[in-house]
Amino acid sequence: MTAPERNAGATEHPSTGQLSAHSASAATARAADVLLEARRIGKRFGGLQALDGVSITVRRGEIYGLIGPNGAGKTTLFNCLTGLYSHDAGEFRFDGAALDTGSPDRVARSGIARTFQNIRLFGAMSVLDNVMVGRHSRTRGGVFGAILRTAGTRAEESAIRNRALDLLGYVGLQERADEQARTLPYGDQRRLEIARALATDPQLLALDEPAAGMNAAETNALRALIERIRADGVTVLLIEHDVKLVMGLCDRVAVLDFGVRIAEDVPAVIQRNAEVIRAYLGAGDD
Amino acid sequence: MSEPGLSPISADRASAGAASAGPAGVGPAGAVGRRLRVSAWVIALLILPLVVDATAGRAWVRILDVSLIFALLAMGLNVVVGFAGLLDLGYIAFFAVGAYAYALLASPQFDLHLSFILLLPLGAAAAALFGVMLGAPTLKLRGDYLAIVTLGFGEIIRIFLNNLNRPVNITNGPFGITRIDPLSIGSFSLAQPHTLFGITIAPIHAYYYVLLACVAASMVICRRLQFSRIGRAWVAIREDEVAARAMGINTRNLKLLAFAIGATFGGVAGGLFAAVQGFVSPESFTLYDSIMVLCMVVLGGMGHIRGVVLGAFVLTALPELLRLTGSLQRTWFGHVWIDPADLRMLLFGLALVLMMRWRPAGIWPAPHGRVGT
Repeated sequence: MTAPERNAGATEHPSTGQLSAHSASAATARAADVLLEARRIGKRFGGLQALDGVSITVRRGEIYGLIGPNGAGKTTLFNCLTGLYSHDAGEFRFDGAALDTGSPDRVARSGIARTFQNIRLFGAMSVLDNVMVGRHSRTRGGVFGAILRTAGTRAEESAIRNRALDLLGYVGLQERADEQARTLPYGDQRRLEIARALATDPQLLALDEPAAGMNAAETNALRALIERIRADGVTVLLIEHDVKLVMGLCDRVAVLDFGVRIAEDVPAVIQRNAEVIRAYLGAGDD
Repeated sequence: MSEPGLSPISADRASAGAASAGPAGVGPAGAVGRRLRVSAWVIALLILPLVVDATAGRAWVRILDVSLIFALLAMGLNVVVGFAGLLDLGYIAFFAVGAYAYALLASPQFDLHLSFILLLPLGAAAAALFGVMLGAPTLKLRGDYLAIVTLGFGEIIRIFLNNLNRPVNITNGPFGITRIDPLSIGSFSLAQPHTLFGITIAPIHAYYYVLLACVAASMVICRRLQFSRIGRAWVAIREDEVAARAMGINTRNLKLLAFAIGATFGGVAGGLFAAVQGFVSPESFTLYDSIMVLCMVVLGGMGHIRGVVLGAFVLTALPELLRLTGSLQRTWFGHVWIDPADLRMLLFGLALVLMMRWRPAGIWPAPHGRVGT
């Protein structure tokens, strides 16, 4: 993705405090502009149908929430999307073309970056190096350039470093650039994962329970960060258990239950959906 | 150029700029101090063989030469194990490939006498090819499973070399290849003493300087690789392969690259070993030797280049020092109570246990927070 696109996104989405109403209308205004589409995705683990014909449609520039009870298949859908699992049925379309989910690195190069439910940083590396690794797929420096330390390689290396420092500033971790990643407090590790994901220049940022284990203050800061990321033109796909956060933050929400997508709509409608309430409160027929 | 504009998503440029100014600043005083330190090192290393020769004897210069060869091996294995985190127990195979490539093409065995200028790159390339041959089928293996396959690979190479004397004699089997050509350019051969500025330089000293130059060059190469896009990707794979892939790193290619580059160092070291010794046989490439190189890496400081070089020197010199205990025991007790070879194993085992307890990251571990910690 190029800089102009991002700036365009930024002007279209001034971050206002009240998101649900405002952004929902912004999203409908560009209803045709679909960034990611999952079409009838199926995934079976042995006797368990983890995903059963799940379809979702994420529009460019929106924050899209994926919720559901434990074991509903949310992370499985993420893993299929990002190439960690291979799905048995259906296809993903991204940015107007079929998405090759054959391997995670290809998905990342296509413009989808993710974080992990159980944080997966490069623990022994510095905070800065973690983000610099994220630039890997957008840079080209090879073995011979590195050994000979050519002018091109040096320029690229300092560009990587500056970009990584900028991103650390963006998530508020610039002070901790030289610390070892595994020594960071939990909330900072989550933000570092986001900075690392942003370093891959994603069009779509997929966050797997970013608020898990955070206290109220950290969750608020995270919410502001996600809104800012969207305002800067990156579409956000969010798995989250914190229903309040999802309802306040997301433009649209899909609900999964036992591998089936039971609803997809704006939060206000989802909150009144009888099937969703049944799935969450367990007053169902099974 | 890869990063036009560099607009972060929306940057706090001021704060980022301030942060980047921090680590960059090395004042002129620091630069002078650094230059002095480097010069001191260079001079010390240049006169080292002369001092050792005069005080401890020529045998110790030979041990220095061997240490330098093992330093090359340790650096190569460090790329695979220390950086990329791929446990390789058959690394000595690449040393063997390089040594035999040189030995076969520069000895009376086939009456070929190619120049080392051609043979060292050739040996390196052959070893790199074997590196990829080992890497390709083991890409999905990790930890113990990878270690077992690499261990088998190392043994296969050695057994091949041991048995390739029938039906067609290629390697001369267990007898090895003798009378290997020394390093030479035209009529200038390192196997003869040369006089420079009135100082006579014995072959063993000349080899020391050649090997020292190779080790120095390798240290620079390893360091540059470590602090590059490639080196970061290797460490990322070591730290968390799944996350590395999700960040867009093609782990297959980078693992193969680590195997190939590690093997290249082994191949060069093997060629030099053949030239220095003038003799190679399968006996020099046993599992024990693989384990020793691995110990140099682990004890020295995995992932830390200077640490693994130190490890190579310590582990090459210690057995030789312990050999002296034999005669000491004889003078003190009139009898050798503990065979120095047994003592070596005892102390070696003890050292490993103590290291695991008190210095698990090695004698000289990498500083924290740097790539390759």
